[in-house]
Amino acid sequence: MTFKPGKWQTEINVRDFIQRNYTPYEGDASFLAGPTASTTKLWEECCELFKQEREKGGVLDMDTRVVSTITSHGAGYIDKDLETIVGLQTDAPLKRSMQPFGGIRMAETSCKSYGYEVDPEVSEIFTKYRKTHNQGVFDVYTPEMKAARHSAIITGLPDAYGRGRIIGDYRRIALYGIDRLIEDKKAQFASLEGEMTAERIQLREEISEQIKALNEMAQLGETYGFDIRKPAQNTKEAIQWLYFGYLSAVKEQNGAAMSIGRTSTFLDIYIERDLANGTFTEEQIQEMIDHFIMKLRLVRFARTPEYNSLFTGDPTWVTESIGGMGIDGRSMVTKNSFRYLHTLENLGAAPEPNLTVLWSKRLPKAFKEYCAHISIKTSSIQYENDDMMRVTHGDDYAIACCVSSMVVGKEMQFFGARANLAKCLLYAINGGVDERLKEQVGPKYAPITSEYLDYDEVMARFEGMMEWLAGLYVNTLNCIHYMHDKYCYERSQMALHDRDVKRYFATGIAGLSVVADSLSAIKYAKVKTIRDEDGIVVDYATEGEFPKYGNNDDRVDSIAVELVSKFMNMIRKHHTYRNSIPTMSILTITSNVVYGKKTGNTPDGRKMGVPLAPGANPMHGRDTQGAVASLASVAKLPFDDAQDGISNTFSIIPNALGKDEVFMGDLDIQLDCGCAAGTCC
Amino acid sequence: MPQTLGNIHSIETCGTVDGPGIRFVVFMQGCPMRCLYCHNPDSWDFNVNKKMSVEEILTKYEGVKEFLKNGGLTVTGGEPMAQIEFVTELFRQAKEKNIHTALDTSGIFFSKTNTQKVDKLLEYTDLVMLDIKHIDATEHNKLTGHSNVAILDFAKYLSEKKIPVWIRHVVVPTITLNKTYLSKLGEFLATLDNIQALDVLPYHDMAVAKYENLQKPYPLKGVPPTTKEQALDARTIILESMKKSKLENMEQKSES
Repeated sequence: MTFKPGKWQTEINVRDFIQRNYTPYEGDASFLAGPTASTTKLWEECCELFKQEREKGGVLDMDTRVVSTITSHGAGYIDKDLETIVGLQTDAPLKRSMQPFGGIRMAETSCKSYGYEVDPEVSEIFTKYRKTHNQGVFDVYTPEMKAARHSAIITGLPDAYGRGRIIGDYRRIALYGIDRLIEDKKAQFASLEGEMTAERIQLREEISEQIKALNEMAQLGETYGFDIRKPAQNTKEAIQWLYFGYLSAVKEQNGAAMSIGRTSTFLDIYIERDLANGTFTEEQIQEMIDHFIMKLRLVRFARTPEYNSLFTGDPTWVTESIGGMGIDGRSMVTKNSFRYLHTLENLGAAPEPNLTVLWSKRLPKAFKEYCAHISIKTSSIQYENDDMMRVTHGDDYAIACCVSSMVVGKEMQFFGARANLAKCLLYAINGGVDERLKEQVGPKYAPITSEYLDYDEVMARFEGMMEWLAGLYVNTLNCIHYMHDKYCYERSQMALHDRDVKRYFATGIAGLSVVADSLSAIKYAKVKTIRDEDGIVVDYATEGEFPKYGNNDDRVDSIAVELVSKFMNMIRKHHTYRNSIPTMSILTITSNVVYGKKTGNTPDGRKMGVPLAPGANPMHGRDTQGAVASLASVAKLPFDDAQDGISNTFSIIPNALGKDEVFMGDLDIQLDCGCAAGTCC
Repeated sequence: MPQTLGNIHSIETCGTVDGPGIRFVVFMQGCPMRCLYCHNPDSWDFNVNKKMSVEEILTKYEGVKEFLKNGGLTVTGGEPMAQIEFVTELFRQAKEKNIHTALDTSGIFFSKTNTQKVDKLLEYTDLVMLDIKHIDATEHNKLTGHSNVAILDFAKYLSEKKIPVWIRHVVVPTITLNKTYLSKLGEFLATLDNIQALDVLPYHDMAVAKYENLQKPYPLKGVPPTTKEQALDARTIILESMKKSKLENMEQKSES
């Protein structure tokens, strides 16, 4: 049995391969196989390692001498004889690699905070002889950028750590083999002769790096005894080849989110063929998937405690996107979509990899039911709206991090952290003086001097301050991404992209609901300013009721909607590095806590230091009409102006989601009583 | 036309336990019952005044109707039948918009000699969730401060009118978690022809904080919450008794 031919044979085109060859699956989960004895044993060994890691304060071991590259370490195993899919970031499981290209200080601090010391020679090399991304950025930052960073009106910037949010099309290695990909990259390189503009020179240098990376990936394969220069011949090879691509990425980049893409349906094509040919049994296939997922659960990075507090824990964001609909109307759910989710049963619940179901109303019913079943059992599935994202990205996109969507191998993004709009509002009121530091951080515009805040006056000042913030923010990010490309380029991930990628310039905002409620308070209630001895407004007294975001009340929801569109349009006015397309997100899922610490009292009644609401959430406790009204407020936010994602963190106790099978209204109760169809004889 | 106003305690837009599907739940203010296990003591007082019109509520409903496709509107309380004209008008207008309507009531205000208003309400009611607090008359009085005659009459009346009913019953240790009473409840339910579901709710003590806030003593202090298993057992007892009783009734019918 061979694959159906198509364009994918004459060009690098994984989507074409998938569309021509995949088998949609409408059935249920009954075909799934449980864990094999080796899987159970191997996972027990991993769990023992996790335990040791926890006992050692969160880090099991760190490499302090070898700078991590694709080929820096020899083969490493958990338990060689049991593993069907192999490959580790270093020579031992959970041993964290050293990645100083983003910044040597970050590498040193992360080692130091867990009781390790970077080899002095490495420190010397990366201080004296080899410049890092972090150094590059600080060489060019303006005083204003440094001040804004210090006061945290712009915050979480990837200027000292890897930006992440790039997904290599790791499937390409399985489908084409490294040799063919190098051939393609060489053709791209040859196509870029003629006028040597700065852009073209940069791209040529990058492609050269990409070709080197591809060669190193082949070497990595050899280290483990595989020839990945040729296409994968069966399921096992396809998973292994793909994983070597991903492994190369995490050996080279300690990115803020290192997502894996959309691989389940691609692999299913190999699986269907192998099952039909009798090459593998269902048990063997599930075992390989389990082992693959296990590897993704072992991904670790060296990070500082500050980083961990910003992101709450030690996340790797190995996001895998599952399901969704094809643009031809067929569901993209395959048996292998079930197998991926089934790992949560075979290995138990886990936050990583971040299994994300691309949800469509039209997904097969049996798959929806299985998702619900696994969600109830493990709380480990993330859901995203495929019906909305498919319109922009088609049917071969994946999620990077938590919500950033991009077409695999064709689009990437420059991650841009957040601008704190709540703080921006306070700057507008105080004429650019930071309410905490009492320093002039923003431009010295006229402050508001009246005792009571007037909506129109505040809005006019706020818009001016937002214009300033948007400009400063975009330009800061321009510096960061220029330097990241220069000193910490993602060559292995970009080797698995097309020559001309579409780049998104992903800005973000924090504090949306605080600002919406504050402006609502100013508009519908009376807000009195409370000043310190220097006349700086440090607190607010609000008299009367005002509508609050999160209750499906247009009076305030419209303020939130308007803010999003306004700020996005201000962002759009500026030049963005490499002509990237500006987008915005409203998705501070964890860092809202840190941002809140750095933001003073706000006119909505929120006190200094209290966390901002996560993402686009209403402020805690202010949505008083239940989840649906709360969600309806969030759903009004314009996706076109927040294309990098809108998040709403929503937790609910299981009982509030309806009754389980025991107490459910059982409509066939009459049948139990010996009568038919509800009418008694 | 004057607006019909209701005295509303609160609104919950994501109700998942008060009828089929996701429900828009209107909590009416005011209840004459004083059930010892009540978890909404803040909805008792008839003098708290927070008015909303039928139009206001239905506008809010329209705003979130996308979420409520397989659900509908539930009115609970408080005791919704204390404001029967308002609820009738709300349901009448809801039915014009094809909204599924459910009434969650104790039935305490029912009088079989004067059913005119109730008939009008039931004309627009798709489902009644009838909360039978206690099957035994004396015990019912102790538990709620009222007799259960009106309630049981209402259950029979709904059966005669063939209005679909979900029965709700809270099992509380020392009060209703009692085999004799549960069997007796089953026997009563066996006389009804319209029961679509039986919801046996385990008593919980999560309302303690609410009582503290209202500075009211918590009446069931020291009574342990019912476990899921106990509730499940209770439900089985009711169902078995109901089944047995139905079969006996049928045999009697065929003999006569």
